[in-house]
Amino acid sequence: MKIKDIENLEITLLLDAMYQRYGYDFRDYARASVERRARQFLIKTGYKSISEMIPALLHDELFFQTLVREFSITVTEMFRDPSVYRVLKEKVLPVLKTYPFIKIWHAGCATGEEVYSLAILLKENGLYDRATIFATDFNDEALEKAKQGIYNLENVKQCTQNYQKAGGSESFSQYYHAKYDSIVIDKSLQKKITFANHNLVTDHSFGEMHLILCRNVLIYFNKTLQNRALNLFDDSLVPGGFLCLGNKESLLFWEKGKKYESIEDSSKIFQKKYLPEGLNMSNEKQ
Amino acid sequence: MKNNKYFPEAVAIGVSAGGLKALTKVFSNLPADFPIPIIVTQHLHPLEDSYLAELLSRITLLPVKEARDKEKIKPGDIYVAPPNYHLLIERNETISLSSDEKVNHSRPSIDVMFESAAYAWGTGLIGIILTGANSDGAYGIKIIKEFGGLTIAENPKTAKYPMMPKSAIDTGTVDKILTLSEINEFLINLSRIDKNGYMNFVEDINGTQTEDIDR
Repeated sequence: MKIKDIENLEITLLLDAMYQRYGYDFRDYARASVERRARQFLIKTGYKSISEMIPALLHDELFFQTLVREFSITVTEMFRDPSVYRVLKEKVLPVLKTYPFIKIWHAGCATGEEVYSLAILLKENGLYDRATIFATDFNDEALEKAKQGIYNLENVKQCTQNYQKAGGSESFSQYYHAKYDSIVIDKSLQKKITFANHNLVTDHSFGEMHLILCRNVLIYFNKTLQNRALNLFDDSLVPGGFLCLGNKESLLFWEKGKKYESIEDSSKIFQKKYLPEGLNMSNEKQ
Repeated sequence: MKNNKYFPEAVAIGVSAGGLKALTKVFSNLPADFPIPIIVTQHLHPLEDSYLAELLSRITLLPVKEARDKEKIKPGDIYVAPPNYHLLIERNETISLSSDEKVNHSRPSIDVMFESAAYAWGTGLIGIILTGANSDGAYGIKIIKEFGGLTIAENPKTAKYPMMPKSAIDTGTVDKILTLSEINEFLINLSRIDKNGYMNFVEDINGTQTEDIDR
């Protein structure tokens, strides 16, 4: 057996141990990324091989938690991919406006920057008070940071630029207070956001949504897990509801992809068709 | 091709500043029946639209596309990493994209692509590092060599920006230092030679036969 194949086996055993001992299931994550993170983690620990970490993992919960942190990707920023917010504003909000109340699920919200960006967008378009936003992630530490809404002041220039590119109509500085080397998100933006732990790998649907955002999460899953998450979103969306994915994510490999229409190609926002597939077909026959 | 231990299965190219010109030279006159896939990571500005695939498709007969997440890699196609995403190769020869932290201040990072490609293709991988003004890719070249792949660097003397190939060469794991037209010639020859021809070529480069790392 070649070294690289032995290591592949070691990672399989490591992921099995994490699942069987703690119920965290990374087995259907995109493998190359998981391998890379496991190798990075290995260097930090000082162990010589991936398999040497397994006994530590089984007996030391703190060790496990550090490893989960390594596996959890929290790279994000306020108004990341600004053009997406323009499309939301122009094509999605006008439809959401027709509902008396609006339920939104931001799945995989990490440290929350993009949830607050969405809150700002809703606020500036007069929809915030009608909205309930569920922001979920499986990483408790990231969720805690999201709830606090305290971010590094260093990034504020980039955020302000993004906000302007996203078509923000006000002054971005009204949404935060600077404090030492941090910014604190204005409390009024938190009012309608419920942060909760939810794992797309193992948890289920918890309500009917008008808009689901899940950006740059599916790329970390293999096809099987991508399909599971997409089915979960499908179960959670009202007919006519919207699904907003990351710029390089798609419904290409999903068997139910035909139930959705792309509303704008570059931004990867899809609308669930109003009529079930079967009804459409009977119409065509007439 | 899997069982032909020494016939290459894929080419991975890392390039940064000066990239478009270099790639144009390297890809010129590649035959339409080029036998293996070519994966390219070029450093780009994060907000830049992905024109690279379109520009490259004008200069080669091979299909050039921006790599899509979970896409099956096909022989003879050229895949380009999209701006602001790392490109990784899975062992089942599909693409994975990732928005992980930058590596060497870069996303996409050449090291990330090279490392995953080395795990996926091992001895079957040819890693090529071209012009660039940083040292991304040097670590990746080392890993490719460690797993028995073939490593090539553009000659720093003739490279537009010598630092990237030079950093790779400094790891002591580059098999062959070639000019852009020699790299082009090498690729054209690849589509003409059989397994034995390739083995002779590799032996010629290494002085000894490439050994698979076995345990």
